[in-house]
Amino acid sequence: MEATGWRVADEVLEAFLETVLETDEDDQPVIDFDGLVAERLADGSTYRLETSTTTVEIEASTVANATERSMDELRQSLEPIGPFVTNWYVWERTVGGRETARRAFLRWCEGAPLDDPKVETVASKTDTSDVLDRYDALESGVVRHWGELQITTRLATEDGGCTGTGTGTGTGAGERVYEIRHVQDADATDETLEDHDDPRDAREIVTYDADGRYRPLKTAPTLVAGWRFAGLSGDDLVETVRTIYPATVANWHREQCGDLDVDHWLETAERQTGIYDVIDELPRETLEWLTEACCVDSQCLKRREWEYAADDPIDTDPGDGVFPCREPCSLVIAAARKWAILESEEEKTWELELTTTEMNQLAEIVDAVADGRVDEIREADVYDGANRYRARYLRAKRMDDGSLGEGATNR
Amino acid sequence: MQALVIVAHGSHLNPDSAQPTYDHADTIRKTGAFDEVREGFWKEEPHFREVIRTVESDEVFVVPLFISEGYFTEQVIPRELRLEGWDPDLWESDGTDATEVTLEVGDAEKTVHYCGPVGTHDAMTDVIVKRAETVTDDPDVGPGFGLAVVGHGTERNENSAKAIEHHTERIREMDRFDEMRALYMDEEPEVDDVTDYFESEDVVVVPLFVADGFHTQEDIPEDMGLTDDYRTGWDVPGIVDGQRIWYAGAVGTEPLMADVILERAVDAGADVGDALEQVESWTSERPAAGD
Repeated sequence: MEATGWRVADEVLEAFLETVLETDEDDQPVIDFDGLVAERLADGSTYRLETSTTTVEIEASTVANATERSMDELRQSLEPIGPFVTNWYVWERTVGGRETARRAFLRWCEGAPLDDPKVETVASKTDTSDVLDRYDALESGVVRHWGELQITTRLATEDGGCTGTGTGTGTGAGERVYEIRHVQDADATDETLEDHDDPRDAREIVTYDADGRYRPLKTAPTLVAGWRFAGLSGDDLVETVRTIYPATVANWHREQCGDLDVDHWLETAERQTGIYDVIDELPRETLEWLTEACCVDSQCLKRREWEYAADDPIDTDPGDGVFPCREPCSLVIAAARKWAILESEEEKTWELELTTTEMNQLAEIVDAVADGRVDEIREADVYDGANRYRARYLRAKRMDDGSLGEGATNR
Repeated sequence: MQALVIVAHGSHLNPDSAQPTYDHADTIRKTGAFDEVREGFWKEEPHFREVIRTVESDEVFVVPLFISEGYFTEQVIPRELRLEGWDPDLWESDGTDATEVTLEVGDAEKTVHYCGPVGTHDAMTDVIVKRAETVTDDPDVGPGFGLAVVGHGTERNENSAKAIEHHTERIREMDRFDEMRALYMDEEPEVDDVTDYFESEDVVVVPLFVADGFHTQEDIPEDMGLTDDYRTGWDVPGIVDGQRIWYAGAVGTEPLMADVILERAVDAGADVGDALEQVESWTSERPAAGD
């Protein structure tokens, strides 16, 4: 980034000087943040502000006796390190919340290393720690994916808009502005999307799928497209993400800090009471089927971290989601109750009168329902075994009393 | 910093179940009394299990948006929130007296003030009366009217009926309605026979439920004979056996419920400034007499 011409806003300048003035003489830098070090030299005459590429020195007397004119001079002398100063202001004053999930998430959004002493992950090391590189990227917009969300972070312009639109180099406060849209709308023009700026609008968006059906699982990959949240502050961004994918930021942050608490199947099942008390009776081998049914990428965007037990892993692919799943969710628990009851039934041998094609057709119907393909089968496609007319014909021919059992005998 | 967490049942099947929780949370957010206001659910997300970790505040006031003390407030919620050292006896309640207990949680460095359910708070009595006013569109409703408070009732939990009786008795003491009755879906006296229990020509029926759903929008209107088929709807008031039935739907959807949630938090030590007055002024806006 070309730092020349970077005008540091008044509120940033004031906050920065106020902090620098707090420097005492014990040789400790008063600011040591994202590559910016501010310290007072031992003799007390000078403040030294240092980055990897530039060093600015300011006489203590200038800072202590600042007039309007000398403030302008100070502002000019800070220009070479403007991005570092505004970057410090944003994270220390606007965002705050050291060691919180909110701050970590906002840092992740712009590709900044997570400045949390508990975080020592590989992921954070690959991010751009250099502030100038990061500001360059923020000019054009840093894009991240969170489930089905595409989150873009930019520097705000004076009119509250975003950079990258030819309107200038920011407010001088370093303020970030965020946009969220569906990944499917990555290339959609803004005008074609429904605009929102209130995080609570997201509640309506997440409640129904494209067919208008209720979505009880927020991380199901069925989020509708066609909308965008634009001009969001950091707090509103986090609130919107929380509404769309509840608790994912908190659990991801714990994972980044290396202290994600995972409750495996058995612990979760044994904790249940009331009508769910039975689920710990679900046989071990059924957990593969259960996770294949519910906990794969086609059904849920979370990455399963829980196993049958800590020393008894489940073979099903845990998924590739960016946010972790730390214990079986309430939908899995509810489904498991049904399976626990069903699996207690004894197996029997049945004798059915079916042609080979009819037998195969049953498998095609199960497949179509399991993959949610039923609505895609064309009305007249009688070559598909799960076609409605084919299924109705089978029912008419073989299910006089509403069940396949008419012609079947239980041996 | 202090946070309010409203915990409610939610549903895997019905998208409207969580709506009152969101509505009341929004009202309380608007007062600015808490640094954070969050919703947590048994059947939706964030789950009870994960809601505490989503707040930054050190002090968390948890208010169950449930009608009675019992299985959920005594077992499920404390267990899922990981309330350390929880014991129902800490509430020292005989079924309707639970106010607050302060505990730590097992998965975060937070102090949790676990409050009694909204349904048993004395302020709930006012919400039931307010509901009667809303459904009749008459701020002075009372004379000439009977009022039925309807509960689920179940043999599995005696506290369920206690909450209904508690409020019925308190409204009776107001001497406002000509007749008062507690009725139930699953035990005697049953809401099916509502007209048997009242002589008044007009009867307001207020179900003490949190959200409108299967029971309040299907069972109760059909059981009372207000409609043959809930899908075709019903009139308010509707005529049953020659009496006018003003069916109010779930009391939990009344905007004044936000006040009860706040009262629970205040009883537990939350500093809410003038939020109670704000909520009351927002929810009591009604035309003055003679308008």
